[in-house]
Amino acid sequence: MSTLILILITGVGLGALYFLVASGLSLIYGLMHVLNFAHGAFLTFGAFLGFEIARRIGSDTWWAFAASVVIGGVVGALFATLTELALIRPLYERHIEQVLVTVGLALAAVALFEGIWGSDPIYISAPAWMNETTSVFGAQVPNTYWVLMAAATALLISLVVFLRFTRFGMIIRAGVENRKMVTALGIDVRKAFTLVFAIGGSAAGVGGVLASHYTGYVSAHLGSTLLIFAFIVTVIGGLGSLTGAAIASVLVAVLQQFANYYLGGTGDLIVVVALAAVLLVRPAGLLGRTA
Amino acid sequence: MSAQPILEVEGLQATIAGQQVVEDVSFSVPSTGITAVLGRNGVGKTSTLRAILGLIQRTGSVTLAGDRIDGLATHRIVQRGIGYVPEDREVFSKLTVAENLALAERQKNPRREFVDALFPDLVKRRQQAAGTLSGGQQQMVSLARALINDNRLLMVDEPTKGLAPRIVGEVAEALAEASATVPILLVEQNLEVVRRLAADAIVLDGGRVVHTGDANAILDDDALVHRLLGVGTAETGASA
Repeated sequence: MSTLILILITGVGLGALYFLVASGLSLIYGLMHVLNFAHGAFLTFGAFLGFEIARRIGSDTWWAFAASVVIGGVVGALFATLTELALIRPLYERHIEQVLVTVGLALAAVALFEGIWGSDPIYISAPAWMNETTSVFGAQVPNTYWVLMAAATALLISLVVFLRFTRFGMIIRAGVENRKMVTALGIDVRKAFTLVFAIGGSAAGVGGVLASHYTGYVSAHLGSTLLIFAFIVTVIGGLGSLTGAAIASVLVAVLQQFANYYLGGTGDLIVVVALAAVLLVRPAGLLGRTA
Repeated sequence: MSAQPILEVEGLQATIAGQQVVEDVSFSVPSTGITAVLGRNGVGKTSTLRAILGLIQRTGSVTLAGDRIDGLATHRIVQRGIGYVPEDREVFSKLTVAENLALAERQKNPRREFVDALFPDLVKRRQQAAGTLSGGQQQMVSLARALINDNRLLMVDEPTKGLAPRIVGEVAEALAEASATVPILLVEQNLEVVRRLAADAIVLDGGRVVHTGDANAILDDDALVHRLLGVGTAETGASA
């Protein structure tokens, strides 16, 4: 019983991490129809600078952790904003070129990170509580998972409130449906593009800091690894659907954890099989448009 | 036509995916009343409106109230005072009626009372998702989005398309009322509606303007209507 609970909570915690990355991908694709392969770079850069600030303040204090999360979010947002303004905007409506430029940026960013921080993982430390476990019906659940779940829940609630109750949120929802009609109402939809990139980048940056606590290290390839699963949950959830991404994040991660434990470490394979099954049976994903 | 046009189009050409859809269109729209754009299906009526707004690639000169607007982005053109009601309504189906209207508001004091009085049916449906409305109600939302601002010109594309006869009458009534305050460039296939509303008409064929003049004079000329619009007579209810 305790094993089941541990696997389930581990899956939900990992799903929370996937959602932190996938939420931005989903918003960006929904509004701009851009598959952003540079999203992992936002995450990794946020993680590295979060690590740097925490190291300078004192890695095992809550202040250092809080500062690293804030810095991760700010850095992710800035990196994403610059990417949108400098690389994506000049290629407006040229979707293939936009995808290619994000692929190029992702490759260049990894090389840059390796040049600065080296290619080996850098192990990090955290506040003592995050290295401990909490007992849930006999299962010893690492406390980091609670932090991940809290962060993902806060992000989901913030995004829903933002999309539902602000004018920019309304513009984004309308733009997901019909971008040209939004401009035909006199609205500069490009501002919404930049904002969506900034929000997605910020979530990825925070996700990067939390991912480094989940894995225990930060490396130049941290974002690339997570990005693959984030893309998978974005497609399974339905491209452009935030709620779909949230549901798929948890489902995929839980499935992955159960397969890893009960099917001899085949979690990654099972996830890819699940992706293929969803694309065959329901090409639009759980809640979205056709992939 | 009036001596002081609100809109002047000169040598307009437009392409969609490399295909030329507007060949060489020149016309002007007077600063009052309704000017109809007529023509058979596929002659470039909708594309002409979309080209004026910059929604498709175009070249040529477009002047609004004396100012060139052809170099501007679509949202800037609209901000200069053009309200657009697209073919097929294009309401945001997942947004409520209230949100559709709020999104369209560009000025500090939007004309909410005017719109509410014009479309009372929408008032009680403010919190309803626009996608769940009937075709006629969606058309009202689309018209209301354009009328909620003080525009210099409205461009309305086939507002009665696919609507029941009673709703066609309501939409025509709304356009007639709106035209008292703003000039309208109207693409319309229903010749009865054109006859009722339009003072002037521009006829397109093959992506070019082939005739301009008094709307009723054109519709009264059976031979012209047959040749340019492909309709046997200009009787009531005929559609081009």
